[in-house]
Parts: sequence; structure tokens; C-alpha cells
Amino acid sequence: MAILLMFIFVFRNIYKEKLSFLLSMDKGAKAFKLKCPECDADIEVPEDVISGEIVSCPDCGLDLEVKMDEGGLVSLKPAEIEGEDWGE
Amino acid sequence: MNQIGLVYDRIRWEEKMLIDASKRLGLGLKIVDSKEICFDTLEDPAKIEEIFGNVVLQRCISYFRGLHITAILENFGLHVINPFNVSLLCGNKLFTTLALIKAGVPVPRTLIAFTDSSALKALEVLGYPAVLKPVIGSWGRLVALIRDKNSAQALIESREEMQNSLMQIYYLQEYVKRPPRDIRTLTIGEEVVAAAYRYSAEGDWRTNVARGGRTEPCPITSEIEDLAIRASRAVGGGVLAVDCMESPEGIVIHEVNNTPEFRGLFSATKVDIPEKIIEYAIKVMKR
Repeated sequence: MAILLMFIFVFRNIYKEKLSFLLSMDKGAKAFKLKCPECDADIEVPEDVISGEIVSCPDCGLDLEVKMDEGGLVSLKPAEIEGEDWGE
Repeated sequence: MNQIGLVYDRIRWEEKMLIDASKRLGLGLKIVDSKEICFDTLEDPAKIEEIFGNVVLQRCISYFRGLHITAILENFGLHVINPFNVSLLCGNKLFTTLALIKAGVPVPRTLIAFTDSSALKALEVLGYPAVLKPVIGSWGRLVALIRDKNSAQALIESREEMQNSLMQIYYLQEYVKRPPRDIRTLTIGEEVVAAAYRYSAEGDWRTNVARGGRTEPCPITSEIEDLAIRASRAVGGGVLAVDCMESPEGIVIHEVNNTPEFRGLFSATKVDIPEKIIEYAIKVMKR
């Protein structure tokens, strides 16, 4: 169990460093074309996406949170890992 | 300024539906990512209201984050759905159980212990099978069905290994002899707006939709209506998911959820729950 907790801790810290990964986008298309910050796979995010939605990378399966800044710039960052207090 | 806000940490289906419903009702919703917030406790309340609106739907997936945000927003004079005291009670299964008992609402028999040896004693009182639940947590996570003393010892031993003080609180419940389903009801204010049976997924005894359980519409009988409303009142009221079980002695309430997920309930009943929640927020605003 201790090893598992340590693994989760290390895993979480690795991803904290990648939080502000900004990626390219193509706003003219019906979908934003982005890249997975983990495996560099192409990811299409629908234009009507809401900031805070989660998408999964089709290649590596990582859950990614869509972030949209005030200027409409869209980026992806690894989603938070489920906490013990998560729920309804 | 009369405006509704929604504070989130993850946009799930439910939050999308709430945003859609507010658009349909012609309301501009102030949507705030809780992960980006930095509060100054001495901030001008007017500025906080400008960011959040004056009635805020607290929809954080992280219980503690939502609870603390609610405390701060209420302190600035905003109305939060649900209020701090409701969140506090519903976020902890023991606090909920105590509030329900106090209000005379039937609950499964529940014993509490704080050490491994007293937990085993409590199980002798309850008998097997019994259910062990974390006091804080959701989606059936770490909820265990204990069939005999051997599995109890193994489970308790593994809990003792966890470096988490909440895991040293043993919330033990009788295993209610119910059909392979429970009932999720959604109460908004003084009304039960929808109810659905939740059937366990294949290979699991838990009925949580998050565990793959499926839903079917359930008639809102007078017994269900009466108990769901009494349970909602017992914790302080608001927008709540009251979960019931059909015991041989009648309905018992085992959980009241503070930031309800309602996808399963919506697909089973087609009741426009998001619109009803927004309408309730408008009512709270006019109070």
C-alpha cells in the first residue's frame, strides 16, 4: 500500500510540471486540433467545448482537461487524478 | 447584482446540462473554475459577487474543495446551493446518519468504531454479512461487503495500514436484505422531482451508476416522497440526491448526496432536472 501511495504521489508531481502545456490550435475548423502533451498524438476537440471538460487521448488514454483562456486560446493539460474525497 | 454562478472543478455531463438549461432560460451564468480561484478573505464582497453572482451552484467534484469554497462564499454574503451546513452533513456518512436518526427517518442499523479490535466487536453485534463504508467518499469507492470474520480481519488490517485518519473511522452497517437495486430520488426544495431504480452491474453488489449500474424509472410513492422530503429537511434542504433501499420493514435511507449526479436519473425519467435546478436557484435569489 505504501508503495502504491508513493507511486501515486510521484506520478502526480510529474504531471504538475506539465500543467501549462500550451498547444497549437486551428480555430477556423469545426474542431480545435491539439496535441496530447504526453504522447504527441493529434486530438480534435469540438468547437463548442466548454473550458473544464475532459477529453481522453485516443492513443495513450490519458485524461486531459480542456482549458480556454479569455482570448479563446485552447490548451490541454493532464486532468487532476481522482482524490479520495471525490464524488457527489 | 442578481445573477447565478456555477463553481466547478471538472465539467461533467451534469454541469454541461446546467449551463445549457441556463441558456434556454435566457440567463447568463457566471462559470468559475475552482482550481483557478485565489480568495483574499478581506476582499470587498461586491467584487466576489461580481465574479460569482449572488446565488452560486457549488458543483465541485472534490468534497473538501467545495466545502471550503462554500464557507468562504457564504461568509461574503452569497447564497450557495447547497449551504455550508448541508454540505458538511451530507459529505460525511456518519453525520448524515445522525441527522436522519434525529429527524426520525429510518436508516440501516449503523455502528461506529475507531480501532481494529472495536470494529471486530461491532461486527459481532451486527452479524455477517455487514457493510463497511468510508465516512467520506462516493461512487461506492472502498465500500465493502464483509461476509465473515476472516474477511473482516483482512479488510480491517489493510485499513490499519492506510496512512489516512479517516480510514481509522469504521462506519459499519447492517446488510439490508433488499432486491438487487436501490432507489435514487432527487429532491429540490420541498419537492421530489424524480426517482429511479438503480440496478447493480453484473458482478457487483453495489448499485452506483458510477460502477456501471443501470437505471429504470421508479414511481414516487407516498412513502418514498414522505421519507425523501423528511431526509432532505433533516440535513437542511436544497438540491439533494436521497438514496433509499427497500428493506423488508419498508424504505430506509442510506445516503444523501450534496452535489448530485443525475445522468442516470435523467435518462430513466426524462425529467428536466437541470432546468428545475436553475429554476430553484432563481427562487432562492428572489427570497
